[in-house]
Amino acid sequence: MNKVIGINEAVKMIKSGCTIMISGFMAVKSPEALIDLMIKNNIKNLTVIANDSAVPGKGIGKLITHRCVKKLIASHIGLNPETGRQMNAGELEVELIPQGTLAERIRCGGAGLGGFLTPTGIGTSVEEGKQKLTVNGAEYLLEFPLRADVAIIKGSVVDTLGNVFYKGTTQNFSLVMAMAADLVIVEAEEIVQPGELKAEYVMTPGIFVDYIVGAEM
Amino acid sequence: MGFNAKEMIARRVAEELQDGYVVNLGIGLPSMVANYIPEGMSVTLQSENGILGMGALCAEGEEDENIINAGNQFVHIQKGASFFDSATSFAMIRGGHIHLTVLGALQVDEQGNIASHIIPGSMVPGMGGAMDLLAGANRVIVAMLHTAKGEPKIVKKCTLPLTARGKVDLIVTEKAVIAVTPEGLVLKEIMPGSSVEDILQHTEADLIIRDGLAE
Repeated sequence: MNKVIGINEAVKMIKSGCTIMISGFMAVKSPEALIDLMIKNNIKNLTVIANDSAVPGKGIGKLITHRCVKKLIASHIGLNPETGRQMNAGELEVELIPQGTLAERIRCGGAGLGGFLTPTGIGTSVEEGKQKLTVNGAEYLLEFPLRADVAIIKGSVVDTLGNVFYKGTTQNFSLVMAMAADLVIVEAEEIVQPGELKAEYVMTPGIFVDYIVGAEM
Repeated sequence: MGFNAKEMIARRVAEELQDGYVVNLGIGLPSMVANYIPEGMSVTLQSENGILGMGALCAEGEEDENIINAGNQFVHIQKGASFFDSATSFAMIRGGHIHLTVLGALQVDEQGNIASHIIPGSMVPGMGGAMDLLAGANRVIVAMLHTAKGEPKIVKKCTLPLTARGKVDLIVTEKAVIAVTPEGLVLKEIMPGSSVEDILQHTEADLIIRDGLAE
């Protein structure tokens, strides 16, 4: 069951108007090759779920600059002035979510859970429109799962079954995103044969991955 | 003045560290606290993008393209460090495993409310991990300049949108060290070069001044 396909074939599965999760933290190890080809193929009106909108010219920042994004769901947009500009001009809808809540909502989406209770955001505007519950005397907000049509993720070492190893701090949102989308495409820095990536080092088990593309194509 | 003031604040915050602490430092001024960890004290720095045991910033040429901190800077890691994903990182943060967080702020008020993530209409960077850190860290220190363009930042009641309600424990500025207590804000220390008059003049909030105040 070889999941490795050509990048053109992979990007054809990503449609304009879809909801897409994109891994990476401030563009460190976002799936750049997939993003470049999405821009080239003129995929537009995306709802992007990601930690942040990176910096101009990198990762999700490129999608913002090329006006591919209709709505962004993220925790931080401060390092990309273009995101703020489009938001203030009414050209881009931005929903800001606390980083831990964003991660946990995505985790819930992939883990079959109906939501979770968090103390984060109590007493702030994050509360608005949300149900508050008191458990053992402490107040919590009820937060709901997030899912996407597609997730694109960058992996450091990926075997052909889709088992992924991430170097350094590059795992960030990848682990939860790989669980929470209908179609999961991993852009691999290095593709290896089954067995070459030892089972102990697998961080995203292959069950969560549909397709793998090479970063250099 | 600006640079020295920030150094002075960072140095004073560092005095609050304790051996064995796991600490998350916000970006900007709070991150400077790492420069003043007392010799021989074991303090572990957490970075919410997924590092426990963060080291110093990388000099040019030392960068590992896979290792950044939450402020998008290339960093070293210490011996015994670990990497993890965002869900695990915020389990640490919300779950009470972080002893101390040091954050900047736009405003702090008499109830220990903090506004640090948004100025509606002008600065909307997003809250990042700040709300989770405020909700979950065992102790919260705000490290900031005492005023912004001459305007007090320590106020009776925050006018900017809150980042957390009633979570601040201690405020350290270049003028004063102020504790948040159930009775209100208590002036604990006067920083070198300042005075009670100077502090009161630049503080909107009521300050409780007790006998034996450290100068």
